[in-house]
Amino acid sequence: MKKHTLAVTVENRPGVLTRVTTMFRRRGYNIESLAVGATENPAISRITIEVTGDDRIIEQVTKQLYKLIEVIKINDLTDARSVDRELVLIKVKADNSVRAEIVQIVDIFRARIVDIGRDSLIIEVTGDSRKIEAIEDSLRAFGIIEMVRTGKIAMIRGGK
Amino acid sequence: MKLKGAEILLQCLQKEGVDTVFGYPGGAVLPIYDALYKSEIRHILSRHEQGAAHAADGYARATGRVGVCIATSGPGATNLVTGIATAYMDSIPLVCFTGQVGTSLIGRDAFQEADITGITLPITKHNYLVEKTEDLARIVKEAFYIARTNRPGPVVVDLPKDVMEKEIDFEYPEEAINIRGYRVVKGYNSNQVITAVDYIQKARRPVIYAGGGVISSNAAEELRELAEKRKIPVTTTLMGMGGFLGNSYLSLGMLGMHGTRYANYAIGECDLLIAVGVRFDDRVTGKIDTFAPHARVIHIDIDAAEIGKNVEVEVPIVGQVKEVLAAINQRLEAIESEELNEWHETIHRWKEEYPLRYGDSSEGRIMPQHVIEEVYSLTQGEAIICTEVGQNQMWAAQYYHYKHPRSFLSSGGLGTMGYGFPAAIGAKIACPDLPVVDIAGDGSIQMNIQELGTAVQYRLPIIICILNNHFLGMVRQWQGLFYGGRYSYTDMSHQPDFVKIAEAYGAIGRRIKEASQVREALEEALKVKDRPVVLDFWVEREADVYPMVPPGGSLMNMLGGD
Ligand SMILES: Cc1ncc(C[n+]2csc(CCOP(=O)(O)OP(=O)(O)O)c2C)c(N)n1
Ligand SMILES: [Mg+2]
Repeated sequence: MKKHTLAVTVENRPGVLTRVTTMFRRRGYNIESLAVGATENPAISRITIEVTGDDRIIEQVTKQLYKLIEVIKINDLTDARSVDRELVLIKVKADNSVRAEIVQIVDIFRARIVDIGRDSLIIEVTGDSRKIEAIEDSLRAFGIIEMVRTGKIAMIRGGK
Repeated sequence: MKLKGAEILLQCLQKEGVDTVFGYPGGAVLPIYDALYKSEIRHILSRHEQGAAHAADGYARATGRVGVCIATSGPGATNLVTGIATAYMDSIPLVCFTGQVGTSLIGRDAFQEADITGITLPITKHNYLVEKTEDLARIVKEAFYIARTNRPGPVVVDLPKDVMEKEIDFEYPEEAINIRGYRVVKGYNSNQVITAVDYIQKARRPVIYAGGGVISSNAAEELRELAEKRKIPVTTTLMGMGGFLGNSYLSLGMLGMHGTRYANYAIGECDLLIAVGVRFDDRVTGKIDTFAPHARVIHIDIDAAEIGKNVEVEVPIVGQVKEVLAAINQRLEAIESEELNEWHETIHRWKEEYPLRYGDSSEGRIMPQHVIEEVYSLTQGEAIICTEVGQNQMWAAQYYHYKHPRSFLSSGGLGTMGYGFPAAIGAKIACPDLPVVDIAGDGSIQMNIQELGTAVQYRLPIIICILNNHFLGMVRQWQGLFYGGRYSYTDMSHQPDFVKIAEAYGAIGRRIKEASQVREALEEALKVKDRPVVLDFWVEREADVYPMVPPGGSLMNMLGGD
């Protein structure tokens, strides 16, 4: 079992996302994360899906996705040379005694503080999964109040 | 030319070669029905939308063409759902048009609004909501294309009322269809074909396992050639019935849960399994890891997602079954006459030892299997046999020898009670010159018995043979075998007088209680040319379908029939 990142190119039409998620639900595959957005072509959207499974499951997922009429192309970016990013907002407990320490962590990870509350900070961080996990680990000790992630997006490197 | 949406729709249907549609009117489809009023397209009025959907399905199965049905919005559309799911599970090409409330009302819970594209998402190959009259012709064209190409299936097109009313300047879009995400499968991997040929030539104990893909790909002739060239025994699934000559010496009949012992044993012993247009359904394979345990597997199918879904395959070949079989045949050398003698002898022994057979009845009562044998004896494989679901369906598969593709119409995947009779209506409309017989159960026939109205109105001489055991027999059988004989709510003794029902509708009804009258009753029914005949055969109540692989069991361990 391994986490795969699938880049699914689809027609930009209402209902396409429902078709994709319905297929996952119906066949019992679990979506770990999902991000949808426009591409350079307004008629086409990109759905980036993270799904965990062995080779056989990923093969079935891919084949079943291809059967959806509005799915144009699927790339498994897992082993490909690719860049992936995710944006995360983390609200962390931060009274005066620890603020300096948190600011230091934020600097190390090249994250940003986007809101300052009386006892908390909101931190914005962008990066690949490893970086996100690392900052999450570092901040956990202070008390994470809330965290949201956009879901991963990814792209193959080079001219392809 | 200025045309209304509804008129454009009918023009598009004619362009697709549609001459018959099945449907039921209502508020949201008034514009379509108004256009139909003046149209050359023949509309068959069902008595329930489910009936229209199954009739369109029966029409499609009998002809290989796309079946078309129409229903109004809301309850009309939801009444189609079982019919759509039935077609989806069996990969039958349908285009279903549903009315929808006007575009400005969509999403506001308007009167008779139902989100039919949402509801049918997992049971259609694709579906459309037409938002603009300008898109209509392209969408209809795509819908037919998608329904009939690759692995066929049902497509729903939802038509808001204002889109049907609106008048636009219309010219039929002659340009070729171009759907980025959908390509028709062409060709096949020829290396795999070469490997397949090699395996087939080396096999000592080969078996062909053929399914609905042979029928939908019109590949029965290629299948026959393959089997005969190498003298390979052939077993078919329920969906594959008629894909191979049932009384050929190479035929093993059906496999699986209620298959023949010799078919299942052959699967258990074979060294090469040639799976053609099948999907390794659990009703076929039984316990999956004991299925064909000694065999290398060649799997030919149009749908890549079927390959490797349930079993590991040595030689996967994605392509049109017809094309792939032709390619294999072309490379295959005809067999030396004695090469497979040992294998044929083994199979012959099984056939002698374990033929399909059934016990005697008590007190001269009719054995249900006997009715099917008489239907066969009188029609010789030249009829279209439709079935309901349950014991009746299994006996119809076991005791009739199918000769032609598209002569056995049965809900295999979904197992829809109430399918057979409306499907028979569709089949009879498509093939008026062939006898059409619905093998029914007393439970199933009550699920769409209202379609007697349709069959009488259109003077369709369909023969309905109710194998009346006054039970939901198949469920009762399982209760007998696996639930200590507790017949919980499967007794159907409270039933109407089917003869009177037939007569009330203007059909012919007859009750037969003696085995000696079965043949004569069928002979008389086959002479009727202008109306349906309901034959209510009171059969042995507790006859069971055998042999049987208990659910989850191995094909080698069958109950009964030994
Ligand atoms: C619509 C639907 N409801 C329930 C079932 C479950 N079911 C399968 S077979 C069967 C009994 C069918 O009874 P009958 O039509 O009398 O046929 P028999 O088995 O007696 O030949 C039932 C209830 C089904 N297949 N379809
Ligand atoms: Mg019954």
